[in-house]
Amino acid sequence: MKIRVQGVARSFRVEGREAPALLPIDLDVAAREVICLLGPSGCGKSTLLNIVAGFLQPTAGRVLVDDAPVTGPGADRGVVFQEYVLFPWLTVQGNVEFGLVLKGLAAGERRDIARRYLELVGLGPHAEKYPVQLSGGMKQRVAIARALANSPSIILMDEPFGALDAQTREVLQEELSRIQRVEHKTILFVTHSIREAVYLADRVVVLTKAPGRIKDVFAIKLPEVRDRFATEFTRYESEITRVVKEEVAQVHQ
Amino acid sequence: MEWGLRGAAIPRQRALRLRLTSVIGFLALWSLASGAVVVFKLFNPIFLPGPWLVVGDIVELAGKGQLWTHLAATLYRVAIGFGAGALLALGLGLPAGHIRAVRNLLEPVVELLRPIPPLAMLPLFIVWVGIGEGSKIGFITYATFFPMFLTTVHAVGQVDPLLLRAAQSLGARPRQLFFRIILPAALPEILTGIRLGVALSFFVIVISEFIGAEHGLGYLINDGRNFFLVPQMLGAAVLLGLLGYVGNGLVRAIERRVTRWQHHDGAAA
Repeated sequence: MKIRVQGVARSFRVEGREAPALLPIDLDVAAREVICLLGPSGCGKSTLLNIVAGFLQPTAGRVLVDDAPVTGPGADRGVVFQEYVLFPWLTVQGNVEFGLVLKGLAAGERRDIARRYLELVGLGPHAEKYPVQLSGGMKQRVAIARALANSPSIILMDEPFGALDAQTREVLQEELSRIQRVEHKTILFVTHSIREAVYLADRVVVLTKAPGRIKDVFAIKLPEVRDRFATEFTRYESEITRVVKEEVAQVHQ
Repeated sequence: MEWGLRGAAIPRQRALRLRLTSVIGFLALWSLASGAVVVFKLFNPIFLPGPWLVVGDIVELAGKGQLWTHLAATLYRVAIGFGAGALLALGLGLPAGHIRAVRNLLEPVVELLRPIPPLAMLPLFIVWVGIGEGSKIGFITYATFFPMFLTTVHAVGQVDPLLLRAAQSLGARPRQLFFRIILPAALPEILTGIRLGVALSFFVIVISEFIGAEHGLGYLINDGRNFFLVPQMLGAAVLLGLLGYVGNGLVRAIERRVTRWQHHDGAAA
């Protein structure tokens, strides 16, 4: 197993009391698998992602990556944030090269790798621009290229397309799916969108309302290249919608 | 682009003309006022010499070669005093912004000393180091340290934690985080602090040159007061204004250069 989440739980101090955010979670993720975490707002799916990323320590349990426990963030787990989080003082090229600079790669080698990934996300002609000059969709492509160029085996994505408009969102889902067919990363992807989850995931993990635990897991048995209008696709969609709705309804009771 | 500004955008050339009109208008009003004093015998015209007399006085001082001595004395004190202040402010402010223990160690003392107007400390500096160069330079260092230290601490503390997370998950170690993320992210605000420091050093140098100096623009003003040389007083004041203006412009030019990335706000292609 690539990632093993073993009894991971997390609570936060709220007004002097320990409030649980995540009840013990067990989840095994195979290499090259795409897992989408789905659940109502505040259910702890981002908390789980942040624990795997090493940004947060679990209050119980542990995460193993390649059988070694996670103790902090590291270059083996690339992260793509909803807010893009590009380095504004670096050009697009500089952003994509950042991890390679840290590794001490020679300038020529860095440039070649960065160019390759910028081509992959369709931003070749924009290499010399600064992040302020880019649209949201372009920024997120840079962030994806930056994560990939560092060649991590795992990519963690925290609602990466959540801030984009519907059209851009679908285009980027298609690009991510195309990239994954070439790059074969292990991906943990947090989303609100059931359509997005069914489009991208090998397995969709649905969490309960806060404090979150795993409610249901759906293996999506669809072809690699997916059609959002296929009967099979919409069947998964409505099946998962029904399960998520139960939780959302409870949140509003 | 300043959004708080009212009125339609003005073409560059017209804006320049408006600005020029403002300066010329000011000089004209000044000339008119000092002319009126002479014509209507309002008071002794020696108190309000026209701009031409002030310029004439500067030219005369320059001709005698004295102007350079005074300018150089002031610039030298400002350069050394401000330079030391900036080094101290960055040297202590960067670690204080970054490391909690250092901040807890330094901040109380700074907060204790900061509310004391620096001018109140000038006589003490003179008692401690004498009226020579030491007290003048040390005083500039002391006065400029506080704003630069505080903006540096604030700038470092304000760095977006998501930037740090992004860099960490690309493999950045603590040292790399500091030099490759915190420093560039904090730089714009640090430079604003440095600009404050430059302005402040021209502010306090004058006062320290009032006391026991033999050269310097502040000395020229004080000397002018003793001998009723109003053109000389105004001339030195004008020169101080110009120096401050140039100093500010220099830091702004550096700011623009290192923060190029903020100004490419053209439309996304």
